[in-house]
Amino acid sequence: MELLMAILIGFLFASATYLLLSKSILRMIIGTGLLSHGAHLLILTMGGLKKGAVPIVNGDGTPVTDPLPQALILTAIVISFGVTALFLVLAYRGYQELGTDNMDELRGTDGNE
Amino acid sequence: MEMNNLVVLPIFVPLLTAVILMFISKKINIQRWISVGASLVTVMIAGLLVHHVSTDGIQTLDIGSWPAPFGITLVSDMLSSLLVLTTSIIGFAVILYSIYSIGEGREKHFYYPIVQFLIVGVNGAFTTGDIFNLFVFFEVMLMASYVLLVLGGTKIQLRETIKYLTVNVISSSLFVIAVAYLYSIVGTLNMAHISQRIGLLEEIPGILTVIAILFLIVFGLKGAIFPLYFWLPGSYYAPPVPVMTLLGALLTKVGIYSIARTYSLFFYHDQSYTHDLLLVLAVVTVLIGVVGSIAYWDIKKIIIYNIITAIGVILYGISVATTTSMTGSVYYLIHDMIIKAALFLLIGIIVNITGTSNLKKFHGLINDYPVLAWVYFIAAISLAGIPPFSGFVGKWLVIQGGMERGELIGSVIILLTSLLVLYSVMKIFIYGFWGGKDQDYPDQHSISYNKLLIPAILLTVIAVLYGFGSEFVYSYVAQAVDTLMNPEIYIEAVLKE
Repeated sequence: MELLMAILIGFLFASATYLLLSKSILRMIIGTGLLSHGAHLLILTMGGLKKGAVPIVNGDGTPVTDPLPQALILTAIVISFGVTALFLVLAYRGYQELGTDNMDELRGTDGNE
Repeated sequence: MEMNNLVVLPIFVPLLTAVILMFISKKINIQRWISVGASLVTVMIAGLLVHHVSTDGIQTLDIGSWPAPFGITLVSDMLSSLLVLTTSIIGFAVILYSIYSIGEGREKHFYYPIVQFLIVGVNGAFTTGDIFNLFVFFEVMLMASYVLLVLGGTKIQLRETIKYLTVNVISSSLFVIAVAYLYSIVGTLNMAHISQRIGLLEEIPGILTVIAILFLIVFGLKGAIFPLYFWLPGSYYAPPVPVMTLLGALLTKVGIYSIARTYSLFFYHDQSYTHDLLLVLAVVTVLIGVVGSIAYWDIKKIIIYNIITAIGVILYGISVATTTSMTGSVYYLIHDMIIKAALFLLIGIIVNITGTSNLKKFHGLINDYPVLAWVYFIAAISLAGIPPFSGFVGKWLVIQGGMERGELIGSVIILLTSLLVLYSVMKIFIYGFWGGKDQDYPDQHSISYNKLLIPAILLTVIAVLYGFGSEFVYSYVAQAVDTLMNPEIYIEAVLKE
């Protein structure tokens, strides 16, 4: 199961890298989305995918899955959610002010004298 | 070691201040007073913390009273408490400077709360004893820096923030990935516990070296080491000067601190690989920095590239990893934070007076602004490390440490590049301040020159005292290095065996 997840995560990382290298800012944002999906799945996988009950206190004492990676993911998800929201608004404002979605046109030469 | 709530206060006070300030965003005067007052309180708390650590050893606080490896533990050893003190002082000076220079538009749009949030993130990153909590504090710091960078919404700010944000989103994802790998090896997140478990491994797996390099990439992107520095010159050029000061003095140094911490606490087993790589990267970083700083005629760019040079010097000391070189690095780290902040503020005053940052477009400032000129002169020779000013002791010890370990080439390069650093900052002095007075600079921005000068002089004076009082500072730095060189002291203090 871990192997399958590793392949999937690798595919997500490859797609994210490809998208991040493109010129359009929107494609880059989609790339960052995929990158954080990959990272979050990786935490889950690295914590171990052994079978167990949901980590809620149970009376009969059955073993539960590792609760720690789930807490880490939850934290990482809201953080990347906040950053993505900011990034989208920034791209929108950038489009309004700078009039382009193309990274090539955002080159800066200020101060290069 | 008993519980000590003092450890959390340098994080808590700015946090509380930020929350309060958000409710009174339109009342600028009250915001200013509260910001200055709170940052002064933070400075005093940080000073008290340094005193406590020096007398009673490492201070720890288990949040929520959960015993060490299971809860989040905040740890103030001498290194982190000194850095927290330095951060708080810089925060205070920048807020003072902002009052007279940042402008009402930004002040009404949550400038002061975001500065406080930035200080929360930096102080938290210096204090935490948990690797995932370090990630969270990194994000607090970065999120605040994104907003500070773009606040005002000019074209150049929007453009450069898009780049800065993209780079940091990627490095944050890599941080999460690195933590996930490390967790799968050691099964814990508490930094002392990780170090202990790595120490207990009978055979160090190769994957640990891979993780060490991954951490180097993550923190290298934050700390702008070669070849991961590419985002820095553009991004730091865009925002107004007080923001530039905060970013330049604090943010990259958190990356350096994280490298020092993880490489002394976790990854000290395969030094022939990890530390040698770090050494080569540090030397190239120094070279890149000086090439940039002598190439440009823009005063902001010159100081920005000097950040990169200093990062290389500090990393060189860390990579040599002897007691001497580590002492040098810690000395230089604190010196560099203070003097870079002072230089940026002085540069800001020059730009405010002349209305340009192009060195070819003004000269003869010393005729009208002699105080500014001489303060700048002192700051410049401090940066270059002329004895007895503050940059000297650190660089001397770093080079001496390198020589002792037989790293001749690297040490000689760092020695020679000091001359180029001196040239780059003296260029500003010679071309900008000397010369005849044939230009008039009307007070175009109606700024209060004297009031802007106060925080810059404050920082320069601290830097000078730091240089002249290096004997006095030594006992503190030695204690910081002791913990870095002997991780068991750290582990013992946290896990209370």
